[in-house]
Amino acid sequence: MSSPERWTQPQPAGTPAATAARPTSEQVIAGLRATSEGGPELVQLLTPEGERVHHPEFDVDFSDEELRGLYRDMVLVRRADREANALQRQGQLGLWVPLLGQEAAQIGAGRALRPEDMAFPGYREHGVAWCRGISPKDIMGMWRGTDHGSWDPVERRFHLYTIVIGNQCLNATGYAMGQRFEGKVGDDNGEATMVFFGDGATSQGDVHEAFVWASVYDAPLVFFCQNNQWAISEPTERQTRLPLYQRARGYGFPGIRVDGNDVLASLAVSRWALEECRHGNGPVLIEAFTYRMDAHTTSDDATRYRHSDELEAWKLKDPIERVRVHLSRNGIADHDWFDAVQAEADELAAELREHVYNLPDPPTERMFDHVYAEANPVLAAQRDEFLSYMSTFAGGEH
Amino acid sequence: MATPTIDRPTSTESATQTITIIKGLNMALRACMERDPKVIVMGEDVGKLGGVFRVTDGLQKDFGEQRVLDTPLAESGIVGTAIGLAMRGFRPVCEIQFDGFIFPAFDQIVSQLAKLHARSQGKIKLPIVIRVPFGGGIGAVEHHSESPESYFAHTAGLRVVACSNPVDAYWMLQQAIESDDPVLFFEPKRRYHEKGQLDPTAQPLPLYSSRVLRQGTTATIATYGPMVRTCMDAATAGAEDGVDLEVIDLRSLSPLDLDPVFESVRRTGRLVVVSEAPGEASISSEIAAKVQQECFYSLEAPVLRVTGFDTPYPASKLEEEYLPDLDRVLDAVDRSLAW
Repeated sequence: MSSPERWTQPQPAGTPAATAARPTSEQVIAGLRATSEGGPELVQLLTPEGERVHHPEFDVDFSDEELRGLYRDMVLVRRADREANALQRQGQLGLWVPLLGQEAAQIGAGRALRPEDMAFPGYREHGVAWCRGISPKDIMGMWRGTDHGSWDPVERRFHLYTIVIGNQCLNATGYAMGQRFEGKVGDDNGEATMVFFGDGATSQGDVHEAFVWASVYDAPLVFFCQNNQWAISEPTERQTRLPLYQRARGYGFPGIRVDGNDVLASLAVSRWALEECRHGNGPVLIEAFTYRMDAHTTSDDATRYRHSDELEAWKLKDPIERVRVHLSRNGIADHDWFDAVQAEADELAAELREHVYNLPDPPTERMFDHVYAEANPVLAAQRDEFLSYMSTFAGGEH
Repeated sequence: MATPTIDRPTSTESATQTITIIKGLNMALRACMERDPKVIVMGEDVGKLGGVFRVTDGLQKDFGEQRVLDTPLAESGIVGTAIGLAMRGFRPVCEIQFDGFIFPAFDQIVSQLAKLHARSQGKIKLPIVIRVPFGGGIGAVEHHSESPESYFAHTAGLRVVACSNPVDAYWMLQQAIESDDPVLFFEPKRRYHEKGQLDPTAQPLPLYSSRVLRQGTTATIATYGPMVRTCMDAATAGAEDGVDLEVIDLRSLSPLDLDPVFESVRRTGRLVVVSEAPGEASISSEIAAKVQQECFYSLEAPVLRVTGFDTPYPASKLEEEYLPDLDRVLDAVDRSLAW
C-alpha cells in the first residue's frame, strides 16, 4: 500500500486509448454518480445498513471508544450545523453554509490529522474545524459579519476559511513544500498537510496548478476533495468526464475514492494518505464520495435544480445513522449513552445560540487595523479623519 | 463610437412597464439573443438555476444549453473560452457570479481580452461582455461586496460601464452586447430590486455617455452605480437645507464622458466625486485630476472625494460605516462650501 504504483489504474485490455470514442452520457453518469454505491473502486468499511465490511487494503480495527467518539463528533457537528442554519433563518446570521451530509468525510479526515499537521479548509469545513479544536462559536463571527475569521491559523494548525474557490490548494501546497524543505518529512514522526475543496473547485486553474506543484516538489499534501455531487446548481458531470480521483494519475500521484458517508473508511483512508505523506510519498488525492443534503448556502434553493428523490436516496446512506445502527446492534452503546450524546448536542446548540445573540458588533476602527504589518501614514490619516468625523455624531446614532 | 442601432420593439412590447434592474437585464439578454443567434450566455449557474440573482432566469429553457452555458467552475476558463468563441464569431455574454470572483479571470482579461484587437491591428474583434454584480450593502461574506472597476478602467483596450437603474440596465446591456469592443458591465447588486418605468419605444442615450440626473446650482456630484441612489437621496435631503445639488450619473467609466461634468463645475464651482470603490489610484482620482485640469479657474474649492476606505472590504457589520452614505456626501458638500 505504500507504493504509489499500487493506485495507478491499469488500462483495460484492448482499449486503444488514442482512438477511444467519447463515452456516452450514460457511461459518464455511470462513472460519476449514479452509481448509488460510488463505483467498484469505492473504499467502504461500514455499509449504509451499519454492517462492518472487510477491505483488503484497509484492514483496520477501531476500538469501541474510538467508534463512540466518531459518532459523538458527528452528532455534535450536525447539531451545531442545524442550529446555525436556524440562526440564519431567524436573522441572527447573514449566511450559513451547511455541512449536512458531509459529517463522516470531515470527521474522518479531521480525526486522522495529528496536532502538528496542517489543514487548509474551504468554507464548509465546520467538521474539520471541530476536530482541530475550533468551537462552532469561533466560526459564527464570519457568518454574522463581525469578522473574517477569528482563530489563529498558525497556532491552531487550521487555516482561515477560504471563499474564493480553490485558492487554498496552492497555499496548502506551499505550506507542505515548506514542511519538506525543513526536513519534517521522512519517517513516522513526519508532518503532513491536508487541503479541503469540492468537486466544483476541481475545475479551477489553481487546483490544477496545485496538483502540478505538489507533484513535482513531492509535497507531503493530501488533497481531500469532498465530491458532494453539486457545485451550487451544477452536477459533477459539468466539471469532469471521469471520476475525480482518477485525475491524480495524470499528475503522477495516487488517487483513491472513499465512501465519504462512511466515517470509518474516511478515517482509515485519510490516515493512510497522511502516513504516505509523512514518509515522503506524497502527494495523494482522496475523493470523498458524499452528498450535500442541504442547499449550497442559506441563500440557495436547491429545489430549483435537483429532484427530491435524489435526496431521499442519499438519506438512506446517512453518515450518522449507519454508525448508530452499528453501535447499538453490537452493544457498543446503549440508550442511555445515545441520550447523553443528544443532551450534550442540545447543550452545545444552546450555548451556540447564546453566543451568537451576545456577539458584539466590532468597533468602527477595526476595519483599519492590521491592513499592513508596518506603519502606513496614508491609511492612518484616513482612519483619523473618519473617526473624527464619526465623533461629530452625538450619541452614536450614525 | 457610433451609437449602436437597436431595433424598435414590436407593438406588443411597446407599453410602458415597471421593471427591476434584474428584469431589465433579463429582458436585454433575451432581446439580444432573439435578434442575433451568435449571442450566447455563459457562466456559473446561469442555466438551470437562472443565475444566483436570477438575471438569466428562463433563458436556457428558451434558447437551449448551447446558447446558455452552465460552465465549469473556473472564471479564467469562462473568459478565456469566450475569447476563442468570439474569434469564431460568437458574442459571448459572461457572468462573473460576484465581484470578488473576477480575479481568477484577471489574467485572461488584461493579457488577452484587452490587447488582442491592438496586437492583431484590428483583425481580431472581441465583442465580449463580462457582467459583474458589484458593490456592497447586502450583508454578505468576504469577496461578495467589492468594487474592482478601477483595475479594468486602468487597462487599455477594455470599456467599462456601470448602470444605476432598471431603464439603463435594459438599454446599456443591449448596447454593450452590440459593441465590438470588450465591455466590463458592472451591475449594482444592492439596487437589483429597485423599480423603474421602462418605455421600450424611447431612444436610449449612447452607451459611453454620462447623464445629468438632477440639475442644481450649489455643487456638482459625480457618481455611478449603486452610489447614484445615495447621491440623489443626499440631493433631496440637501434641498431641505437650501443646498441645491447637481447630480451626474457617469454611466461610462472608461472612456469617461466628462464634458457634462466640466460644464456643470464651471457653473457650480464645486465638485464632490462619490464611489464605493476605495479612493487611492481610482476612477475618482482620475476625475479629480481631469476636472482640476479643465476647470481650474472655475473651482471655488478643491475637488473632494467620498469613497470606500483603502482597507479590505470589512466584515458586513461594519459596511454601513465603510460605504459612503447620505451624511458623508452632504458633509463633503459642506466642506466644499466652507472652503
